[in-house]
Amino acid sequence: MLDFGVIVSNFKFLIVQGLFGVGGFAGGTLRLAIPAIALGFGLGIFVGLARLARSRWISLPATLYVEFFRGVPLVMVIFWIWFIIPQLLRLPIPEYGVALTAFVIFEAAYFGEIVRAGIQSVPRGQVEAATAVGLTAAQTMRFVVLPQAIRNMVPALVTQMIVLFKDTSLASIIGYMDLTKAAQIVNNREIKPFELYLFIAVVYFIFTYSMSRFARRFERRLTTA
Amino acid sequence: MSYQFNWSVLWSGQSGNWLLQGVLTTLAISVLAWLLAVALGILSGAMRTVPWKPLRALATFYVEFFRNVPLLVWMFFWYFGVPPLLPRGAQDWLFSHRAEFWAGMFALGVYHGARMSEVIRAGILSIPRTQFEAAVAMGLTTFQAYRLVIVPIALRLIVPPATSESLNLLKNSSVALTISVAELTFQTRQIETYTAKAIEAFTAGTVLYLVFCVGIASIMARVERRFAIPGLIARGG
Repeated sequence: MLDFGVIVSNFKFLIVQGLFGVGGFAGGTLRLAIPAIALGFGLGIFVGLARLARSRWISLPATLYVEFFRGVPLVMVIFWIWFIIPQLLRLPIPEYGVALTAFVIFEAAYFGEIVRAGIQSVPRGQVEAATAVGLTAAQTMRFVVLPQAIRNMVPALVTQMIVLFKDTSLASIIGYMDLTKAAQIVNNREIKPFELYLFIAVVYFIFTYSMSRFARRFERRLTTA
Repeated sequence: MSYQFNWSVLWSGQSGNWLLQGVLTTLAISVLAWLLAVALGILSGAMRTVPWKPLRALATFYVEFFRNVPLLVWMFFWYFGVPPLLPRGAQDWLFSHRAEFWAGMFALGVYHGARMSEVIRAGILSIPRTQFEAAVAMGLTTFQAYRLVIVPIALRLIVPPATSESLNLLKNSSVALTISVAELTFQTRQIETYTAKAIEAFTAGTVLYLVFCVGIASIMARVERRFAIPGLIARGG
């Protein structure tokens, strides 16, 4: 009864359109995931550094930001932006813009925590030693703290990137044409849910699993260096 | 900006009842899924340490495959994909007994079971083998060593990450709205649809999620502090 031929006949639509986002519809899982990871991490660095700032006026808002977004489901954040920003601005925002904004804002809170933990994991003695040998504060950050912090961050960072990559499937809720939405569309026509959803599960798995393998390899190289 | 606030939409008409139903459904699906996740997490975590390779491989496959695929895909898979393959009678029973709830619960539990397994395994692996050896050297039996040394330490190591994983589960239950489980986010959407008051509706849902997450997190933080072994586990401060 199972018929995996449905995958073959819709392969181009699922992969070219849904995964890569090349074709008639604007969309694509990778077209959303890659900028979301880059921008989310970028904003996350600021959030993480802000939480460590000495001034309460900087660290407190950053802490509230992190605690707020870590206590709310991503679906809720997507709905906030999807329903409310267009009402306030009185102009429609395309699904891509909504999804990208939601992911960047939401994931920056998680990336920020990773950056903060990474920097805090460098023992205080390292900073003192660097100061003692005559490095300036900026040099200490650049040559002593950050290299060690980044090394400590890598596993958590990759895990978070994998989480974000998986979360992009939620953009299909507001109609963004990603791999999940593409499978839904094919399923509406062919009614082969088991085959189709299993297939996209495998496609997602190939990406996320190879990311985690790569991270493990990278970690080993860093620890031996 | 000329948005007219009207907070009374949250308690007038059906809304209050919808919100309450949403909270109850979210809690019900989360608690059931949590139990399934913990059971699967312990089972697969234990299976990954047995000396028989096929069993280990099976558990590893479960953990890696299920946690590396988006939850939304699992929701669709368990709700749309699997029931048609079941025998006729089981299908009829399921669709007259809130199939979407059970499929959502199953998807959530199986997905988080794989993630919970990693949390448990990491906790057990982080206990040095010497702890066990020292306990045996002191004259404890294997059972006593586990009961008095290994398990108490492991639980303390596992509780913090397990708490944050449980909160992830609670938040992720919102994904079940895609298969029309009437949980909190779903009900919030419904209020928005009926009243066209998006800000009020989403504020209500957001605040409710925050209350649960922050509440559970602070209770668990207190539990952690209460049971911390001085000098053993560095406390964040």
